[in-house]
Amino acid sequence: MNTTSIKNALITSVVFLILASFMMGVQLVPEGTSISLSLADPVRLEALGVALALLFVFQLFREPISNGWQAVKNKLPLPEHGIAETLQTKGEQHPRLKQLALAFLLAALIIWPFFGSRGNVDLATLALIYVMLGLGLNIVVGLAGLLDLGYVGFYAVGAYSYALLNQYFGLDFWSCLLLGGFIAAFFGFILGFPVLRLRGDYLAIVTLGFGEIIRILLNNWTAITGGPNGISQIPKPTLFGLEFSRRAKEEGNIPFHEFFGIDYSSGYKVIFLYLLALLLVIATLWVINRLLRMPIGRAWEALREDDIACQSLGMNKTIIKLSAFTIGAAFAGFAGTFFAARQGFISPESFTFIESAIILAIVVLGGMGSQMGVVLAAIIMTILPELAREFNEYRMLMFGLLMVFMMIWRPAGLMPMKRPHIALKESKEENSSSISQQPAHAA
Amino acid sequence: MSSQENNQQTLLEVEDLTMRFGGLVAVNKVKLNVKSGQIVSIIGPNGAGKTTVFNCLTGFYKPSDGRISYRGENITGSKNHEISRKGIVRTFQHVRLFKSMTVLENLLVAQHRHLNTNLLSGLFKTPAYRRSEQAAFDRASFWLDKVNLKSMANRDAGNLSYGQQRRLEIARCMVTQPDMLMLDEPAAGLNPRETKELDELICELRDHHNVSVMLIEHDMKLVMEISDHIYVINQGTPLADGLPDQIKNNPDVIKAYLGEA
Ligand SMILES: Nc1ncnc2c1ncn2[C@@H]1O[C@H](COP(=O)(O)OP(=O)(O)O)[C@@H](O)[C@H]1O
Ligand SMILES: [Mg+2]
Repeated sequence: MNTTSIKNALITSVVFLILASFMMGVQLVPEGTSISLSLADPVRLEALGVALALLFVFQLFREPISNGWQAVKNKLPLPEHGIAETLQTKGEQHPRLKQLALAFLLAALIIWPFFGSRGNVDLATLALIYVMLGLGLNIVVGLAGLLDLGYVGFYAVGAYSYALLNQYFGLDFWSCLLLGGFIAAFFGFILGFPVLRLRGDYLAIVTLGFGEIIRILLNNWTAITGGPNGISQIPKPTLFGLEFSRRAKEEGNIPFHEFFGIDYSSGYKVIFLYLLALLLVIATLWVINRLLRMPIGRAWEALREDDIACQSLGMNKTIIKLSAFTIGAAFAGFAGTFFAARQGFISPESFTFIESAIILAIVVLGGMGSQMGVVLAAIIMTILPELAREFNEYRMLMFGLLMVFMMIWRPAGLMPMKRPHIALKESKEENSSSISQQPAHAA
Repeated sequence: MSSQENNQQTLLEVEDLTMRFGGLVAVNKVKLNVKSGQIVSIIGPNGAGKTTVFNCLTGFYKPSDGRISYRGENITGSKNHEISRKGIVRTFQHVRLFKSMTVLENLLVAQHRHLNTNLLSGLFKTPAYRRSEQAAFDRASFWLDKVNLKSMANRDAGNLSYGQQRRLEIARCMVTQPDMLMLDEPAAGLNPRETKELDELICELRDHHNVSVMLIEHDMKLVMEISDHIYVINQGTPLADGLPDQIKNNPDVIKAYLGEA
């Protein structure tokens, strides 16, 4: 213990005291027509006092504590890198094993909902929607390095595309799934044009604005979008024309249970939605995995690394940025269409800034650019709040705490992105023999 | 001018190139002429405006005045990526690699124009796509061999030593199959052995790979050894130009530049 740690502890405590006394130590009490300020109830004040004491002691003995923690960490037989990384390396060393593990995982993912509870399956579906959103935003933020704070706008475009196309033109889910993606991509393209000249903070602020504009537009264009009341009775997806309701809503459609001659159960619908979401996520993962190994995916990353070098190699910065923005938006569009179909009801309230923030948190938490990390983070971010329902009020506080701990513990995210390993053919004689064989001479 | 120079075709011609930053005239009426198959060097003290000339030629800056023509075509004020697509690529005084990507990926990024960039054929790995990808791998492999980095192919570029990073930057230019390579102080920070290797590499590029080279360099031994023609710039203004021997013995140059050291 020395003077600096005492000073540190004092400063931290004072800051805590100031913040806590305003936010938690006092409350507003309505008195007739006016409101007056009074102290919070004694239990809370006591809790604050205990927290203050703990904080002070922790700051005072921070060095010995962290040294002790380091010692404990070294003693533990944990592998040097996290479990995730070890798994990844293992997978690379034994490709067959990896494939087998993936096959088992997939089978488990398909089978469990038939035994799981309805609520859990529903929650898993929600998690899968966030996985899709996270993967989409990961293209823009994680790979291309463009900080987009208005991503939820494209999610809204997708959802409203389905709702409106269905309401006004009677289009079904499947055609709208494609259309929703395309329309969102189109919005990404149009909005991207003016925005992409900007860099860093400016880009973030303008995209934030666009996200809000889309929401406010939906909120106020009452004649078409229903304004704050939203749009209800959006039909659920069908399986080759089979509906999952008790009675067919649309002329000529047959309900699923009648077709197969089984009893009606609302559980089928939930499971169907889950499997559909799973399918969409797998498709998303496959597409993005391919993109990453294609010139365009590498161009996104190169642009994030050094845009000047990119230009000097003949790459068109604007087109590359725009493609990231557009393709990212398309995935939000798909997710939005599915979201609208699952909910059956949408309103602008589902597309507030906080959603963008959560999706961004998923990307950062998972590890910028890392696919598996994003999947894991999306699951954590959707399931944790459900598990801790009683603390719902403190949800944002918990997110904040989680972020702070992550930044200290694993600044590169849960599973930092791994570079693909490409083996070059060993062709010594061919390469060193003569200059006439060199492939670079084509021109 | 020697008779040999006259026989060759002019690749790049620069007339009265001027670049002003506010009141500062960084480059003042510079003339350059590069013939195909030549190594042309630009020398001058620090701050003379050499890098600025490169920046103007490659479209990073829009020149305030003057005319740049490449293969007879006026490219003054063209965009950066348009110029490099015509076959002029450069390295940077401060190495600019894609640091968190692997060495091989750096070379693949550079070949984006020679790759099949159709989205669908890439997604479904059509035979045409595979062929173009394989060609890119082969080309990358060839140049990695040339710059002695093949064993590093899957390392992150940022983890290479300084000399290796310099070589990778040159390889990254070469996989784009340029006609003209512009190197900004490529020997800075290299040890004598690495400088010697660089010397050989540059000569090989000219002799066997059909590129003309423009070189900014402070290592006089290197410059005098490999240059076909040398331009001297002092405070943005052309001071002299000629064959290495002429420059070595030019009293103005000795006074302004060589004498300083
Ligand atoms: N973007 C810029 N803005 C203002 N001044 C610049 C800029 N780029 C270069 N300069 C100035 O131009 C002069 C020449 O710089 P530079 O071309 O880098 O010299 P060299 O490469 O010969 O050492 C310097 O005085 C430098 O400060
Ligand atoms: Mg310079």
